Amino acid sequence: MLFGLVGAALVGLGLFGVVVHPHPLRKILAFNLLGGGVFLLFGVIARRGAAAGLEGDPVPQALVITGIVVAFSATALAVALVRRLFQVMDGADR
Amino acid sequence: MSAGWVLNSVLAVLVLGVAGAIIAVRTLFAAVVGFVVLGLLLAIVWVRLAAVDVALTEAAIGSGVTGAVLIAAASRLRATEKVSVAEQPGPALRVGAGILSALVAAGLAALVVFAADPAPSLAPAAVAHLVELGVGNPVTAVLLAYRGIDTLLEKMVLLLALLGVWSLAPDMVWGGAPEVSAGAVDGGALALLGRVLPPVGIVVGVYVLWVGATDPGGAFQGGAVIASMWILALMAGLLPAPAIRARWVRRALVAGPAVFLAVGMAGFAWPGGFLSYPAGYAKPLIVAIEAALTFSVVIVLGLLAAGPPHHGPGR
Repeated sequence: MLFGLVGAALVGLGLFGVVVHPHPLRKILAFNLLGGGVFLLFGVIARRGAAAGLEGDPVPQALVITGIVVAFSATALAVALVRRLFQVMDGADR
Repeated sequence: MSAGWVLNSVLAVLVLGVAGAIIAVRTLFAAVVGFVVLGLLLAIVWVRLAAVDVALTEAAIGSGVTGAVLIAAASRLRATEKVSVAEQPGPALRVGAGILSALVAAGLAALVVFAADPAPSLAPAAVAHLVELGVGNPVTAVLLAYRGIDTLLEKMVLLLALLGVWSLAPDMVWGGAPEVSAGAVDGGALALLGRVLPPVGIVVGVYVLWVGATDPGGAFQGGAVIASMWILALMAGLLPAPAIRARWVRRALVAGPAVFLAVGMAGFAWPGGFLSYPAGYAKPLIVAIEAALTFSVVIVLGLLAAGPPHHGPGR
């Protein structure tokens, strides 16, 4: 339950960061924080679902693994977009 | 108050402290470093939550490969920080955002505190067919058997993201190679690590892939470890980044999803359904798919981290 509360707090912090940070890369970081909090909530749900000799429900765990990989691909695309954005904005090579 | 409880409390405080620092620090680079640290702390949290498979993925992808992408971006975008300071939102917006975010967090916390009891669980259903599949790790069984379609689509997402990154390249460099080398000094720490770590890392990655059928591990986890070794060698300038129009690159990217799709299609003929495995052949098929996927995961993760092409194919 402790980590569930941590997950909820991470979602709150991440949401706050997405709204108040003007720099797009900081927004991406905050968004990943938000995502990390959601994954943690899944982890706590999985742990509560311990049954049949397993220490956690494997279904939410597998969902989180898929989620982490998809979050990475979205982050990589977002970072590439931001770099290209600044490249186009000031014409300098970055 | 057991030792485990103390460890959990310390971890919780550390995670919250680092997360707060990521939001609060002034410089971009400090925030990115905080994010990498947070990823490693979260990996320990996942072990405490008895989810070792997730811990491996978080450490390798969530912290490692994502960290490499973010650090590279932060060091190139340092000059843009001043521009955005002028766009800081006023106190009213900050307070409003703070209150709303706190409300969302409180709502989620309430869900955690007043969760359904007894907790719903699919664990018995997941365990029920493990023997037929011949796979000992229930998480691998979910990823490649029960919910194989999710994993197949996730592979497609990776490929689509890579296409998106590539398409950001200006026309004249299309087909060329990305620029990754961080300008490492020969004899420096990065060059040394780039030579010493990959032999060990590749063995670890293949091992993680292989034990994935029975113990924590699997295609993404193993692939991510090997991919980070490749990225390390690329960043140290020991290997040239491949041109994205190179034929082997295209084939390697498609190989894993193609094998997965072929096995899935074969399921229509026998035993009669997309992505269903014939009885008795489930484990060899799963291991074959995982091996092919790992290969493609290495290439796709490495190229996603490398970014769009930087110079033309002619050079």
